[in-house]
Amino acid sequence: MNGIIKENPTFVLLLGMCPTLGTTSSAINGMSMGLATMFVLVCSNVAISSIKNLVPDMVRIPIFVVVIATFVTVLQMVMQAYVPALYATLGLFIPLIVVNCILLGRAEAFACKHGPVPSFFDGLGIGLGFTIALTLLGGVRELLGTGKLFNMTILPEQYGMLVFVLAPGAFIALGYLIAIVNRLRKA
Amino acid sequence: MALALTGFSVAAGALLGWVNSVTAEPIAQANAKTLSDAIAVVVPPFDNDPAASPETVEVEGVAYKVYRATKGGEFVGAAVESSANGFGGTLTVLVGFDKEGNITDYSLLSHSETPGLGSKAADWFKKGAKGDITGKNPGEKPLTVSKDGGEIDAITASTITTRAFLRAVNAAYAAYTNQPVDAHSGATGQTDATSGATVNP
Repeated sequence: MNGIIKENPTFVLLLGMCPTLGTTSSAINGMSMGLATMFVLVCSNVAISSIKNLVPDMVRIPIFVVVIATFVTVLQMVMQAYVPALYATLGLFIPLIVVNCILLGRAEAFACKHGPVPSFFDGLGIGLGFTIALTLLGGVRELLGTGKLFNMTILPEQYGMLVFVLAPGAFIALGYLIAIVNRLRKA
Repeated sequence: MALALTGFSVAAGALLGWVNSVTAEPIAQANAKTLSDAIAVVVPPFDNDPAASPETVEVEGVAYKVYRATKGGEFVGAAVESSANGFGGTLTVLVGFDKEGNITDYSLLSHSETPGLGSKAADWFKKGAKGDITGKNPGEKPLTVSKDGGEIDAITASTITTRAFLRAVNAAYAAYTNQPVDAHSGATGQTDATSGATVNP
């Protein structure tokens, strides 16, 4: 469970910045993206740790990428079939999970050295950390940008600072969140 | 080594093939449902299945999909799928017309406009909203932004999106009136359709 605070992929390891900045325009989008990534991460971690003895060292990266890409495509097709509205929102960022460095990073650093059970929990922990980070960032941006949280109005809309919904706001909010997390970790 | 890579790729391919065969049907259904829901919102009440039989109409080299709605066999209106280049990319809109050619409603099918600015187009032009376009007939006068001498209020800070949206609506009207003669009983003729497509000089 290191992934949630001590090794949080977003706030501490600073991995996977592209979906972090791109999909967190609202809390619900951030959370969906986090859960989607967590699903792929858990599946690929378990799969890679189970096949690690069959994988020749020289071609391990291509095989890991094939495994990850397979799970991402499965996820993409399932989402398109059963939650089309969410699929339309996240759109391009779902296939881009393939190149998310958190996944390959965990495969290389953890799954190919450990058994399926620890790998499952590693995937779950890192995935949860990523989900929490994205939900938090999405929530901050949504609240400051539109005055809403999970689509419920908290502040009247005229208090919204539009910049937080746009790209620069993502960087500003992320920077402050990282600062707060760093401060908390040191305390 | 090559064997292992091949083996894993084949296994992955097999898994994907299986998932694809399972999800192909629900995906097609979900897409059809999105479309028929949108059609139901934008055109007057009907009792046929417009989504099942789109007509393709070509205006100035661009193809438009026209979904005709009938009630008791009588033509009541149509939904036209049309698109234009917005601020962030292609903006696709489904516009509903009654048989006189008045706009009944619309639905923004897909867009990549700025969230919080251009994305307001989803509601801005609805009935009772600031940029209401319902009940207007682009055949009498093409819809233009008030800044360009028209009568539609642009979305605050999103004039480019508004212009693109209205361009798509005007084009949809042109496609609508270009249908075979029996289809537009009461709607304005083909000559008006052309002027409806061109933006105000």
